Amino acid sequence: MENSVLIRTVNLTKIYPSGEQPITALRDVNLVFQAGEFAGLVGPSGSGKTTLLNIVGSLDVPTSGSVEVLGEKIETLSHKKAARLRNRHIGFIFQTFNLLPVYTVYENVEFPLLLLGMTAAARRKAVRDALAWVGLSDREHSRPAQLSGGQSQRVAIARAVVKKPDLVLADEPTANLDADNSHHILHTMEDINRDLGTTFLFSTHDAKVIAHLRRKITLVDGRVTADEARTT
Amino acid sequence: MIRFLFKGLLRDRSRTLLPFLTVAIGVLLTVFLECYITGAEHQIIDFNADLLTGQVKVMTKGYAAEPDSLPNDLSLDGVGTLLSELGTDFPNMAWTPRIRLGGLLDVPDEAGETKAQGTVLGTAAGILAPGNAEIRRLGLENTVVRGRLPEKRGEILIGEILADRLKLQPGGTATLIGSTMNGAMATANYTVSGIVRYGVRALDRTGLVMDLADAQAVLDMEDAAGEILGWRTNGPYERNLIEAVAARFNGRTEAGSGCDLAPVMKTLRDQSDLAALLDQFSTVRGAILTIFILAMSLVLWNAGLLGSLRRYGEIGVRLAMGEPKGGVYRAMLGEAVMVGVLGTVAGTALGLALSYYLQAHGINISGLMKNAAVMLPSHLYTRVTPVAYIIGFIPGLLSTLIGTAIAGRGIYKRSTASLFKELET
Ligand SMILES: Nc1ncnc2c1ncn2[C@@H]1O[C@H](COP(=O)(O)OP(=O)(O)OP(=O)(O)O)[C@@H](O)[C@H]1O
Ligand SMILES: [Mg+2]
Repeated sequence: MENSVLIRTVNLTKIYPSGEQPITALRDVNLVFQAGEFAGLVGPSGSGKTTLLNIVGSLDVPTSGSVEVLGEKIETLSHKKAARLRNRHIGFIFQTFNLLPVYTVYENVEFPLLLLGMTAAARRKAVRDALAWVGLSDREHSRPAQLSGGQSQRVAIARAVVKKPDLVLADEPTANLDADNSHHILHTMEDINRDLGTTFLFSTHDAKVIAHLRRKITLVDGRVTADEARTT
Repeated sequence: MIRFLFKGLLRDRSRTLLPFLTVAIGVLLTVFLECYITGAEHQIIDFNADLLTGQVKVMTKGYAAEPDSLPNDLSLDGVGTLLSELGTDFPNMAWTPRIRLGGLLDVPDEAGETKAQGTVLGTAAGILAPGNAEIRRLGLENTVVRGRLPEKRGEILIGEILADRLKLQPGGTATLIGSTMNGAMATANYTVSGIVRYGVRALDRTGLVMDLADAQAVLDMEDAAGEILGWRTNGPYERNLIEAVAARFNGRTEAGSGCDLAPVMKTLRDQSDLAALLDQFSTVRGAILTIFILAMSLVLWNAGLLGSLRRYGEIGVRLAMGEPKGGVYRAMLGEAVMVGVLGTVAGTALGLALSYYLQAHGINISGLMKNAAVMLPSHLYTRVTPVAYIIGFIPGLLSTLIGTAIAGRGIYKRSTASLFKELET
């Protein structure tokens, strides 16, 4: 998978038909991501970062242009095929963690595997491994309400990576965390990126995150204004 | 996967207990209202049947044509034979003869001259026979306000207003002046054993209750009676069964003569405009129930709707994890069906239990009715019908399901990303 193209957007444009004045969230975005990247979208609020992540994650569709993720054209995917793409290949991490409150840590992490139809034994091993990566092996039975923000986000990371996806999309993952926790989860994600080859694509305002990125793409008003490779 | 969803359902009270309780209470109210209205309807029926019309009534054709003029010259003859025939032909009915009579009640002074006089409308029934049902049917136990019930021949009850006007006290005597079956003048002396207050002006002003045998003697009606009333003994009034009884009886006797004295059986609905009254009641009952069910449905529909809207966040996560939209939608509907069925069953069970209890024991409303101007039953009874078993499913299951189905359509209509928007704000 070295140097193979994972994501390719061609003239990607997204217009929200909101009221009288349609909002153009993305204009002619042309980006290519290779497998194994650790990249981030930065830019002012409203510049289209979340919109781009959602489209790449097949949660939304482009208005025009084309987006190819793992060989699938997002704009032509059916609901079912999009669900399968997300299920098998994409993990999501959200600013607000979005753990399911009635389930334990273990069950939250297990959930994507149930959708994959894995056997109980395989699930058990995968969940234990994922919780070990994020350092929460001892909190299997806790409920999300009993966890700190940092711990919650680590559970969310475990949930995103438990199925060893090709791509993890993280929308402002550190926005609700303090500095220590931010560093902790960034290290965790860097480790996973290095050990499993998982591609990470962030959206962020956070200087701490930006410092860890190996590629920084700046969006302003829905346009790519800079695309810099970084050496860390 | 299903086990996983079940676990969530069991742990999340706001997803189960609350909707369950909402549904159960809504259904409980619906079922109870249905039983309550049916009970009220049956009380109207029973009240009329007991006091006046029977569930069916046998009269001569002539008498039936104009019952309000009390045409005792057109009475049924051979009542003994007729009663035993009725008894064999309709073993599940109770039959009892009554005579209604009009006349004057005359109170003489010591010299035998008229001191006071009043018109009376009398009912003669078998109230002296031991263990008779007529005292209950005529509501006599609760209406005697002074004195006591008649205990032997020659004793009568009269209405309170009449008694006051004639200055009659329990123990006083009065002469009834009427006309015999053959049109001759009939007079006899009676002792007033008690004064009754029905609370209905007409009855209290002219009412008189006497023993059937006394009436037969004075009116020259040995083995004759104006009417024979019948009631089912193995269940409550049921329109189609009662109509079948009348049809069977009339089918047999109609073959006989077309003369005025041939017996004919009329159902309760055929008498005193009761059909119109009952039909009107049915219309009102239908309207009340429809409105109530619609209102209840709206409430439960909204509960279903809100319950699902609250979960857009969770749904967004599940979709992001790659659960197909159809799967999420079906799971939501499945939950709604489960909560709806359980809530409906529980609500129906509670509603029926309450209704069965009040069908047997009634709510005592005599305290409320002490000073009521009309004669009202002292207890309100509910009545459980087969409809009560299923009526709750309309608001309970259907509405919950429709509410959820509509809310769930949002999963399809909105882009998945916007499900998250609601979650993040
Ligand atoms: N569902 C929607 N309907 C209408 N407009 C939307 C919708 N989602 C986003 N927008 C608009 O699209 C533009 C880009 O929004 P987006 O959420 O992608 O920005 P962002 O870069 O993620 O901002 P932030 O840094 O605040 O998260 C904004 O102007 C926003 O108001
Ligand atoms: Mg954003």
